[in-house]
Amino acid sequence: MSTMKKKWTPFLFIGPAVLLLIIFSFLPIIVAFGISFTDTNLIGLANWTQINFVGFDNYLELFSDQKFMQSMANTFVYVIIGVPLAVGSSFFIAFFINLVGQKLASTFRVIYYIPSVTNIVAIAVVWGFLYNQEYGLFNYLLSLVDIGRVPWLEDPFVAKLSLILMAVWKSNGISMLIFLAALQSIPRVYYEAADIDGANRWQKLIKITLPSMSFATFFVTVTTLIGWLQFFEEPFVMTDGGPLNGTNSIALFIYQEGFQYNEFGYGAAASFILFAIIIVATLIQFKFRKSDQTL
Amino acid sequence: MFLKNRVEKTVVTGIMFIGGLIVSLPFFWMILSSLKNENEVLSIPPTLIPNEPTFEHYINLFQNLNFDVYLINTLIIVFFSMIGLFLNTMAGYGFGKFQFKGKETWFIIVLITMMLPGQVTMIPTYLILNEMGLTNSMSGIVLPGLIAAFNIFLIRQFMVTIPDDLIEAARLDGAGEFYIFTKLIIPLAKPILAVQVILTFIGSWNSFLWPLIIANDQSLYTLSVGLALLKDQNVTNYGLQMAGSTFMVVPVLIIFIIFQKYIIEGFNVSGIK
Repeated sequence: MSTMKKKWTPFLFIGPAVLLLIIFSFLPIIVAFGISFTDTNLIGLANWTQINFVGFDNYLELFSDQKFMQSMANTFVYVIIGVPLAVGSSFFIAFFINLVGQKLASTFRVIYYIPSVTNIVAIAVVWGFLYNQEYGLFNYLLSLVDIGRVPWLEDPFVAKLSLILMAVWKSNGISMLIFLAALQSIPRVYYEAADIDGANRWQKLIKITLPSMSFATFFVTVTTLIGWLQFFEEPFVMTDGGPLNGTNSIALFIYQEGFQYNEFGYGAAASFILFAIIIVATLIQFKFRKSDQTL
Repeated sequence: MFLKNRVEKTVVTGIMFIGGLIVSLPFFWMILSSLKNENEVLSIPPTLIPNEPTFEHYINLFQNLNFDVYLINTLIIVFFSMIGLFLNTMAGYGFGKFQFKGKETWFIIVLITMMLPGQVTMIPTYLILNEMGLTNSMSGIVLPGLIAAFNIFLIRQFMVTIPDDLIEAARLDGAGEFYIFTKLIIPLAKPILAVQVILTFIGSWNSFLWPLIIANDQSLYTLSVGLALLKDQNVTNYGLQMAGSTFMVVPVLIIFIIFQKYIIEGFNVSGIK
């Protein structure tokens, strides 16, 4: 009896959480994979006999779908501009915070972290007001220095940049903390030794600081990249993918297919393409990191 | 290490100060605009400080726009997310302090779910909830987000550091397993759990995707879904929009500023260094 009890104890602890994870995280992957080869939609949901196996049709159709290709291109722009900007700016903020005294540093840390804890919908609403072409603060401030109205959210390309600017502002906090922790863990003696050798500041930055940060930079880059590939809430709340699909992302496309048009099979196929892109992008980075280390 | 003298230090501090102002600007603008009446908020040039501060938008939110319902729904979600945190803690303890058959396999399953993008599971999870008859219900909103694999992982890392002897001693004294967990393990894990409680509060207060997908009735909307709706329905009423945003953001700001020390330090402790 007692050994029986002992055997089951750990399962009582992990059971509830693991069961919920299997139902709501693990099982869905299998379901998503299965339905991505079917034409499941609202009709099929009500009556399973209406669901047909369509093979790779969904995947083939996606690659000739203008809207999906546009979303892929937009996501590509988000990643190419957003990731370097987000990683770079959080690095600079952390670097500068590390330069000022302890007390000021903890204040600045809080200020620069705050956007990360706030609600994305509220943020998007506020920035939507700031970006307003006629009544927004940004265009007013620009008019003071004689710059005409910028169509922040009205032009397909400018709108992408506006969303990137807002997302960088919001996402800097966590990366900054990681960089800051890495900066603070660099032993002081390295710098003291460099001082004795007469190294200048630039040499110290290039030869000591940056190499010591390589793991933190790698970690931040991978997580930032994964985050930007899933860019969703910002375009959803601010532009709903517009103007002219100019800000639609893959993630938003999946949401629209699944929950606005109820094309569950088609949306699931799109989500697997996104999943594949994320895995490939992550693997490439790991590969780079490996070759980096062997040097 | 890098700064040579006072002048340089002042310059760097100045840059950081200006940067901080720019970063905080949207928040100041949000709060100030929420107190302006409908005409003033659209005036060009804009006023910085409201001429006649008014709370009309806040009153409007609660009297005409159901924000009281949204607030209650949000608090219900916060409450259930705390139960979820308790389940995460149990699992973290189970994985950290017990040896059992298939432990590695189960833990790998947990870790795999951590790497899945939400967008891949979004549609199938909806279909599963639909089969269970839970769409358009509070359970449907709460259940998918209850367990966070990353939290299980973090808590497990902490649990591993608790000495086995301590638990063995309690067992020899005849304490039951669940008693040991609630009376011994949870008090020991207080520092890390405190951080988790705050982060879980912030996360569930801000939760948006599942309430958006699952809730069809406005009576199930959370604050963030309600705010998104408000934005679509009152496109030009920026005072009202800013009041709704302020109401969502300020409680989190206050909690964050009070507990920031623990959050930021807890973040460093969690070992991402």
